[in-house]
Amino acid sequence: MSEDVQSRIDALVNQHTVLVFMKGDRDFPQCGFSAQVVRILDSMLPEYMTVDVLQDQTIRDGIKEYSSWPTIPQLYLDGEFQGGCDIITEMYQSGELQQKLSSKD
Amino acid sequence: MRDLSDRRSAIEATLATALSPTHIEVLDESHLHAGHAGAAAGGGHFRLLLVSKRFEGQNPMARQRLVYGALGDWMGSEIHALSMRTLTPEEWAEQTRTAP
Repeated sequence: MSEDVQSRIDALVNQHTVLVFMKGDRDFPQCGFSAQVVRILDSMLPEYMTVDVLQDQTIRDGIKEYSSWPTIPQLYLDGEFQGGCDIITEMYQSGELQQKLSSKD
Repeated sequence: MRDLSDRRSAIEATLATALSPTHIEVLDESHLHAGHAGAAAGGGHFRLLLVSKRFEGQNPMARQRLVYGALGDWMGSEIHALSMRTLTPEEWAEQTRTAP
């Protein structure tokens, strides 16, 4: 069961260049931390993929196991876990995030 | 559920033991989130500033993992959300020097 969720998550993470596991969606984030990550990404990207963990409890639990990270939101770039809200905010402020995203074009 | 001030000092004590900080501040911001779904389940919202030599040579993710590891099962139960700044003593000195 848990393995099944892990492979579903793995597929998602590898299918989407920029992927955020969050509470709510881009238009209606359901948590301040998710809202902040969306605000940052919206300022740089017209399109990216989000997964609303509130819609699927198995994903909500499974993603924490997948990354060994206990909180949501979680940002993945090219299949690689980047961090949660604090780290993404730091990466944005330092310009590191812009650099990582622009190297994808 | 433990009362809120008790929970704040318990977090501080746990992190003080685990990470030997030279400086630590734990703020309970649960009152800012009263009524929101996570708050209703009983977990608190906290803001943390932790300065420790243990963070030297570690990237931000590794630092936060150390904090999460020290808090263990509290994440998701007593703690619904935790916003943190994790600095080495040198970084902290730098910041306090340049701060207005």
